[in-house]
Amino acid sequence: MKRRHTIACSLSNLKGVRDFIRESISEQVTNNITSEDVVLALDEMCSNLMIHAHQCNPDHTIELMLDTTNPNCLVVEITDDGNAFDINAFREPELNNLVNEKRKGGLGIRLVKSIMDSIEYFERNGAKVCRLTKKIQ
Amino acid sequence: MPDIHHNQENNLQVLTISGEIDASSSIDLDQAIARCLTESKNDLLIDCTALNYISSAGLGVFMSYVEEFKNRQSRMIIFGLNPRVAHTFSLLGLSDLLTVAENRTEAEKILNEA
Repeated sequence: MKRRHTIACSLSNLKGVRDFIRESISEQVTNNITSEDVVLALDEMCSNLMIHAHQCNPDHTIELMLDTTNPNCLVVEITDDGNAFDINAFREPELNNLVNEKRKGGLGIRLVKSIMDSIEYFERNGAKVCRLTKKIQ
Repeated sequence: MPDIHHNQENNLQVLTISGEIDASSSIDLDQAIARCLTESKNDLLIDCTALNYISSAGLGVFMSYVEEFKNRQSRMIIFGLNPRVAHTFSLLGLSDLLTVAENRTEAEKILNEA
């Protein structure tokens, strides 16, 4: 089954996004740790886009699609007409540098990469799509 | 919205966080820790027993204060992580950089040993 959620780019919507993801994947992903890892990774992806591609403008939207058809693999697509924020091209800071530079960002991408199995970007109908997959055991 | 309470107890400060810390609410955590630093030079215990969720924004806030506490020669100890939140810490391998205790008793033991 495919489920879609259109999200206005306001950080106050993140809680609703997490609830939508939990509910959508509850039947496919029965392991609680895996399920909450996916919720966390997608929270990080959405907040990154809201902040870096849309400057938290609530008039802008992104679309989240969760495809739970394949019992062994969750497929997620985030469609966005802003400037795609390609996390594969982003070099995560070293943890020690985060402490030394008192930086409050950069950890989210590290989390997404450690949780999801693949992250790819492509264009469809003029919009940027980020497709993420997670193998389900 | 998270609930954050600040308590001065003898020669300790205790910050109690409940609810969820994400990119929208991490600013509240940031301001609360900043206030602790302004108000007192005492060690800070952060009680996360009722914290249900944390994303990188909240973890980034903790990390950004590590150096400041070190420079003041006081301690910031986080305790009471539920298994879910502890798992998020472990995904990033933050336990080497942040001081995390099982519970309040262990947190105070770490302070007394230092």
